[in-house]
Amino acid sequence: MTDLNVNVHHLTRVEGHGNIVVNSKNGEIIDARLEIVESPRFFEAMLKGRRWQEVQLITSRICGICAVGHTCTSLQSTEMALGISLSEQAHLLRKCIFFAEQLQSHILHTYFLTAPDFVGAPSVIPLATAAPEVVKRALRLKKLANTICETIAGRHVHPIALVPGGFSRYPSVKELKALKETILSYSDDIDETVKLFATFKVPEYYRETEFVSLKNPSEYAFYEGDIYSSDTKKGVKNLDYKTLIKEKMVDHSTSKHCTATRDSYIAGALARFNNNYDQLHPRAKKAAEALKIKPVSYNTFMFSHAQVVETVHCFEEAVAYIDRILEMDYDVNEQPAEPTRMSGRGVGACEVPRGLLIHDYTYENGFIKDANLIIPTGMNLANMDADIRELAPKIIKEPHDKIELLMEMLIRAYDPCISCSCHLLKVEFV
Amino acid sequence: MKPKVAFFSFTSCEGCQLMFLNLEDELLNLLGAVEIVKFREAMKEVTSDEYDVAFIEGSITTHSDIERIKSIREKTKILVAFGACATIGGINAIKNFQPLEDVRKYVYGERWDFYDTVPTMQVDQVVKVDAAIHGCPVSKKEMLEVITSLLLGKTPNIPDYPVCVECKLAENVCVFDKGMMCLGPVTRAGCGALCPSYGNKCIGCRGLITDPNTNAQKDLLEEKGLSVAEVLKEFRMFDGLSEVSK
Ligand code: SF4
Ligand code: SF4
Ligand code: SF4
Repeated sequence: MTDLNVNVHHLTRVEGHGNIVVNSKNGEIIDARLEIVESPRFFEAMLKGRRWQEVQLITSRICGICAVGHTCTSLQSTEMALGISLSEQAHLLRKCIFFAEQLQSHILHTYFLTAPDFVGAPSVIPLATAAPEVVKRALRLKKLANTICETIAGRHVHPIALVPGGFSRYPSVKELKALKETILSYSDDIDETVKLFATFKVPEYYRETEFVSLKNPSEYAFYEGDIYSSDTKKGVKNLDYKTLIKEKMVDHSTSKHCTATRDSYIAGALARFNNNYDQLHPRAKKAAEALKIKPVSYNTFMFSHAQVVETVHCFEEAVAYIDRILEMDYDVNEQPAEPTRMSGRGVGACEVPRGLLIHDYTYENGFIKDANLIIPTGMNLANMDADIRELAPKIIKEPHDKIELLMEMLIRAYDPCISCSCHLLKVEFV
Repeated sequence: MKPKVAFFSFTSCEGCQLMFLNLEDELLNLLGAVEIVKFREAMKEVTSDEYDVAFIEGSITTHSDIERIKSIREKTKILVAFGACATIGGINAIKNFQPLEDVRKYVYGERWDFYDTVPTMQVDQVVKVDAAIHGCPVSKKEMLEVITSLLLGKTPNIPDYPVCVECKLAENVCVFDKGMMCLGPVTRAGCGALCPSYGNKCIGCRGLITDPNTNAQKDLLEEKGLSVAEVLKEFRMFDGLSEVSK
C-alpha cells in the first residue's frame, strides 16, 4: 500500500488561511490535523488603553463578515462594564440587525462557498453561467441583508450607527415600514433556497460530540442568553464563561483552541440548531423537515443545512422585530444612554454567524485595562481536528482527489473564519 | 482577451473583499468584463499565475507577507492597494505604538515567540503601488470608478478635499456640536460623509488629504475654536503610519 500524504495548502473558499494535513504509513493514519497559518492580529493588545467610545470601532475590524456581531458583542461588554442600560427600542433594533448579518453570512457560505462542492463546481463563478438564476437569487438575498444593515446602521462592513448606549441615528418610521415591505418581497427566494439545498446529497458521517451555544428561555438565542452546553445541560452567565470554556495554545495553529466539558465541542449553526430547535419559527421548522435535518444531528456536513434553516428563521424574525418596533412608542431622536461608572468588568456574549463570540473587557477610568476575545472559529478548531482524525481512516482507500475534496468539505462545513480567529484555512497532503 | 484579475488578502478583516462581492447589481457584468483568475476566499481554481490587475487587501505584518507581496508584484502589471489596511495600514498600525515584544507576550503569553510579526506596513512601503482604493471598507462607488478606469486605461477620479465638503452638501448637523471630535476637516472625501450622515464622527478611515495644513476645512475649525494640529492628533486610529501620527 502506498503511503498517503495529503496536504491541502491554503484551503480555498474559506475566510482566512489554513492547511489540512493528513499523513499515512502502511495504511495507518499517522497524522491528521488542521494547521492555522494566519498572520496573528493582536487585537487584545491593540485594545489596551482605548477609550470606551472607540472600542467597538476597532473590534468591528476583526472580521468584515461578522462586523455587526463583533460590534454588538463589544458594545455589550462595554455596556455591562460601565453600567449602561439600553432602551427597549435600541435593544430590539440591535437584535434586528443581528438577523440581517446571519442572513448575509449564511447566504454567502451556503451559496458561494459550500454549494459548489455539492454540484461539483470549483467555485460559484462557473455557476454564474451554468445556473444564472441560482446565482442571481443568492445575490438578491445578499443584497437584502445589506439593505437591512444599511437602513439600521449605515452599512454592514463596518456598522456606523451602533454606539455604546444605543444608536447615533435611528431609522425613521417611514424607512422601517419600507424596509419591512422590501423584506417581505423576497419570500419566494427563501422558499427556493430551501428547495435547492433539499436536493443536495450530504455525505454520511457521525461523530458524537458536545454542542455549545447561547440559550434563552424566551427566544432562539442570537443576541443574548446563557452559555449552554449539551453535555452539562446547564447554562452559565456571561461573566462566568471561564467556568465552561477553556483556551489553550497548540503547536500547529496561530489560533488558540477551546474546550468545554470534553476534548472538543461544536459552536455555530449546528450547535444552535441542536440546542435550541424548539424555539425556531414554524416556517424554519418546516424547512428543517424538507432539508431532512433533525435535532440532535451529529453530522458535521449538515452545517450548511442548519444555516439554511436559520436563514428562514432570521427572515421571519426580522419582519417580526420591525413590527414590534413599529407598534411601540418609538422615539427617532432618542440619545444613547450614558455610563453610570467608568471602571468595571463586562463580558459580551453573542451568537454570530459562525458561533459563540465572547468579548471580556476590564475598564479603568473609561479606558481598557485588559481584554480577552474568544472567537467562534477558535472554539471549533479542536473539533475540526477530531473530525479530521475520525474521517481520515474511513476514507483512506478512496482516490487522492476524493479524500482531498471530502476533507475540504468537512472543514468548509464549519464555515471557518480564520481571518477572525487571527486568519485560518488550507488542506495539506505533506 | 479579458484582463486577468486576482485578489489577495494579507492582514485584514477581509471586509474589502466582501465589499467587492457586495457589488450585487454589477457583479455579473463585471465577471463578464474581466477574468477572475485567483480569489482564494471565493474560488478553488487558479487559472493563471500572471495577472493584469492584482487587488491587495490588508497590511504587511510578517516576514512571509513581505516575500509574498514581492512575488505578486513580479507577476502583475498593475497592483492596486485595496482598502485602508493596504493604503495606510489602517487599524493594524495601532500595534506599532507599543513594543512588539509586549504585544506578542500580552496575547500569546509564554509562547509569544512562536508568532512572527513585524511592525505593520502599508503596501507601498514594500512594493510599488499603481493605484489605491481608499476606505475602511472601500466604497462601492470608488471601487467601480477605479476598476472601470483601469479597464479603460484612464486615471481614476479620486477626491482630494476634506469630508466636510461632502458633509455640508448632505446638509448634516455638524457632530462637533454634539461634542464629538470629527476628523472630517482633514480626511479625504469620497464616502459621501457617511459617518456624520449616520450621526457619528468621521474617524479618518480614508486617510489624510494632501498637505492638511493648507487644505483642511479651516473655516469650520476656526468656528469650533480648533487648530489643524489638534485635529491631527486624533489621527492615530487609522493612520498610525502617517507623519502626523509620529
Ligand atoms: S480596510 Fe477595513 S474593511 Fe478593508 S480589510 Fe482592512 S479592516 Fe477590513
Ligand atoms: S467636522 Fe465632521 S460633522 Fe462637521 S462638517 Fe466636517 S465632516 Fe461634517
Ligand atoms: S466619514 Fe470618515 S470615517 Fe466615515 S467613511 Fe468617510 S472617511 Fe471614513
